[in-house]
Amino acid sequence: MTAATIPGRGVPVAPRPTRRSWLNVAGTVPFFGYTGVFLLLPTILVVAGAFRTRQGGFTLNGIQQLFASRTAGVFLNSLWISALTALVGAVFGAVVAYALATAGRTSLLRRAFTAFMSVLAQFGGVMLAFAFIATLGVNGLVTRLLMQWFSYAVDPGMLSTLWGVALVYCYFQIPLMVIVFLPAVDGLRPQWREAAANLGGTGWTYWSKIAGPILAPSFLGSYLLLFANAFSAFATAAALISQQTILVSMEIESALRNENDLGMDAYAQALALGMIVVVALVMWLYAVLQGRTSRWTE
Amino acid sequence: MRTHRVAVGILATVALLLTGCAGASSSSPSASGKAATAKTAADLGGMDALVAAAKAEKTINVIGLPDDWANYGEVKKAFAAKYGITVNSLLPDASSKEEIDTADKTKGTDKAPDVFDLGTNVALASTDRFAPYQVAAWSKIPAANKATGLWLNDYTGIMSVGYNATKFGTISSLSELTDPKFKGQVALNGKPTEAGAAFNGLLMINNANGGTLDNLQPGLDYVKKLKAAGTLSLQDVTASTIDSGQHGVVFDWTYNQVSTQARLKAKGVDWKVFVPSGGEIASFYNQAINADAPHPAAARLWEEYLYSAEAQNMWLKGGATPLLYDAMKADGALDTAAAAALPSLTATPQTPTTAQATAANAFLKQNWDAAVA
Amino acid sequence: MDGVRIRRAGARARRAQTSFRVVVLTVAGVVFLLPLVSLAEFSIRYPLTGKVDFGAWTSLFSADDSGRLDLLKDGLMNSLIMCAMTVVLAVGLLLPTMVLVRLRLPGLNRVIEFICLLPLTIPAVVLVVGLAPIYAVISTRILDASTIWLAFAYVILVLPYAYRALDAGLRAIDLKTLSESARSLGASWATILMRIIVPNVRTSIVSACFITIAVVLGEFTFARMLARNNLQTALFQINLSDGQVAAVVSVVLIAVTTLMLVALDLVAGLNERRRGFGVPADEAALVAPIPTPTREVVE
Repeated sequence: MTAATIPGRGVPVAPRPTRRSWLNVAGTVPFFGYTGVFLLLPTILVVAGAFRTRQGGFTLNGIQQLFASRTAGVFLNSLWISALTALVGAVFGAVVAYALATAGRTSLLRRAFTAFMSVLAQFGGVMLAFAFIATLGVNGLVTRLLMQWFSYAVDPGMLSTLWGVALVYCYFQIPLMVIVFLPAVDGLRPQWREAAANLGGTGWTYWSKIAGPILAPSFLGSYLLLFANAFSAFATAAALISQQTILVSMEIESALRNENDLGMDAYAQALALGMIVVVALVMWLYAVLQGRTSRWTE
Repeated sequence: MRTHRVAVGILATVALLLTGCAGASSSSPSASGKAATAKTAADLGGMDALVAAAKAEKTINVIGLPDDWANYGEVKKAFAAKYGITVNSLLPDASSKEEIDTADKTKGTDKAPDVFDLGTNVALASTDRFAPYQVAAWSKIPAANKATGLWLNDYTGIMSVGYNATKFGTISSLSELTDPKFKGQVALNGKPTEAGAAFNGLLMINNANGGTLDNLQPGLDYVKKLKAAGTLSLQDVTASTIDSGQHGVVFDWTYNQVSTQARLKAKGVDWKVFVPSGGEIASFYNQAINADAPHPAAARLWEEYLYSAEAQNMWLKGGATPLLYDAMKADGALDTAAAAALPSLTATPQTPTTAQATAANAFLKQNWDAAVA
Repeated sequence: MDGVRIRRAGARARRAQTSFRVVVLTVAGVVFLLPLVSLAEFSIRYPLTGKVDFGAWTSLFSADDSGRLDLLKDGLMNSLIMCAMTVVLAVGLLLPTMVLVRLRLPGLNRVIEFICLLPLTIPAVVLVVGLAPIYAVISTRILDASTIWLAFAYVILVLPYAYRALDAGLRAIDLKTLSESARSLGASWATILMRIIVPNVRTSIVSACFITIAVVLGEFTFARMLARNNLQTALFQINLSDGQVAAVVSVVLIAVTTLMLVALDLVAGLNERRRGFGVPADEAALVAPIPTPTREVVE
């Protein structure tokens, strides 16, 4: 909707004066300045660090280790666990978000539930790992109940497998989806549903032709967020499988903490570089997808 | 109205910033020049002068010292009580490398660590960060355990196997650990390629299974056996995992087993410790003072305190063998009750040389992940 | 008649919606409370012996091991201050920029989005390696080494979530029309931002605030690697020596934070209503009567 199409204004408006454009750009300076110092600068330092030894000289050692077959395996693990938990989180989270949205913004239940989800979305690390050990571990609550009611023995090492870690990841992925997706679901007007019904449409029509396309960009964006969240998560997995490095973030921490081999810093930063590349690719994919779906909205 | 709220928010942030700036001046590190370069207590004018200078600094930053590691909790408390200096315990779970990294990251601030307690590998690689200092007990320390005064050994433990005797009965040999009753319960304290305690744990089970410090294959084979039997756990060992029953058998330094014993005894569970024959491994940790310590006098006083009979006996109580053990025994200052509580050994403990450690690490880096996959 | 059938269908749909909501939220509630209940159980029932005792709960609130409690209090205070700072900085930085870009510089949209998603691609452990020299300068030359200045780094951590929340909210409103109409009526940009845009994206802002608070209270890596003391590092220290006490603190923390957020939400909603400024567009939609062909409201 440009000025030219506002009723009453038949004449197209002349292009804005240069001073206004400069002011506009100047308005973005705080944002770029802040992120420049606290985000881009550290990133550059890390990327440069991938090529530097502990003493400061140039080295390709870190990058070289990046191409070992072990590294490929570790990346693959991280990718699939991120993709899987992001999908589970996105789907179930969207369902819960929709359920919350139907409760009306002023409902106490919704407020309490949303607040609870916010807190869980960031509950991670050692305490989360331990909460699951207290649930499904050797003497866990659920383990004992399952034994008592169904005589089913839970494998004590289950939490230390990739599947166990995925399960624990979902515990913060689903709440994160709820928090991030709720505003989008709130944007669905009830009148649209009624209008669709009035015009003879079924629930399916509503979802596939109206609500679906509108929610799709946000859903995809949220999925991406969940993916990246799982991809860089570390503390929880480390607490559950501390003696095996199966994820990229664990490999990075391992390289940084390593007291038996002090030359691993470049490798750690090379891995970080690899992570950035992967997520940049995913982002590009998202942009392509979004270009397609946004055709349905406005 | 909303504008008001935003304005208040901005004012609040600005106010906080200003308070921070005001606070900044009072918390800047005061590096008393004399203390920073003192090589012995005499340089400062004697022990009393050192104590006075340290008390004036009011705080000491220690790093990587968990309360239940060699009874450091008691050492920290006793030091604080004796001299009225606040002991700031940074990053208690830091690995030796992280201790050095933190010192680098916080250099020049008053949050930098004053003293280090490091594994040998890291200590040797970081001597450029240390300030030389000779404690009062210098002459009593065997030559092999002190170098140029940049760092010195402080205590060692013996690698041991701790286990839940109430649940499993008495264990006396590593070969019993493939029994199905230990399902998922046996663990090293960390990853051998990364952490000193886990590395030495692997050396212990290696030597007990017929390997030597130059040949680690038997150790890996044993780990593979445990994995195949389903008894190996790869989870991080913490007080909580032991409390929750997740880990029932833990390979760790004797001084780490002591706190577990005490804690479990209070709850009515018996935690026993034994050293497998053939697998006696010891490794000294090392004390050093940060050359850029924000509280140099307090740092030196801390070292003096650590090498006094009082602190050395506390370490002993914690299950560690302190450096001055023999000297104290000769002087009669040794806490004999605590000494008797140390596990009995059938042979002299071995310590890997730097060359052996490097080779072992390279070997493990290649083969550990495959062994536990 | 058509009208009745449609109303009946409407009523059925609403009932279906209610039962859907009840089922989903109940199941979700149970699933998410389960690990927390287990954690609470661990704090009172010692797993190795099965003995129940409330020692961990009482020891937390008694004064004997004051060292532990001091650490916790210090960490909590720092974390709360940082919550406030991060919220103000993050929303204050993002919202005007996003509005500006959407209205005037749409080409920059992708750039902003990329920058906002960048923090997720860099694990905290590594980002802090890059931040360390910057914080070294801040600690020694500009400000001091106090924990609260970590808030600057926390803003970066919450950027992805805050961006996503605000993005969803800004998408749902017709930003161009709203602002153009307001401009043509003579409103200044400040007024447009404060009195038109903000009320319309209220859910998003509240959502961004929530996630920010949760992130700051749950943040561990930065504080640990830069040797500061916040809530999570204090909790971590406690966990090293006494798991049951740490379990108590965790459970209490989650409960209290949830309540705190609910209170915040209620207060924010209350202010809005009290001002009587006018109900924002989307709330109006929820409150307005549903258009039906007939005027009968009897079910």
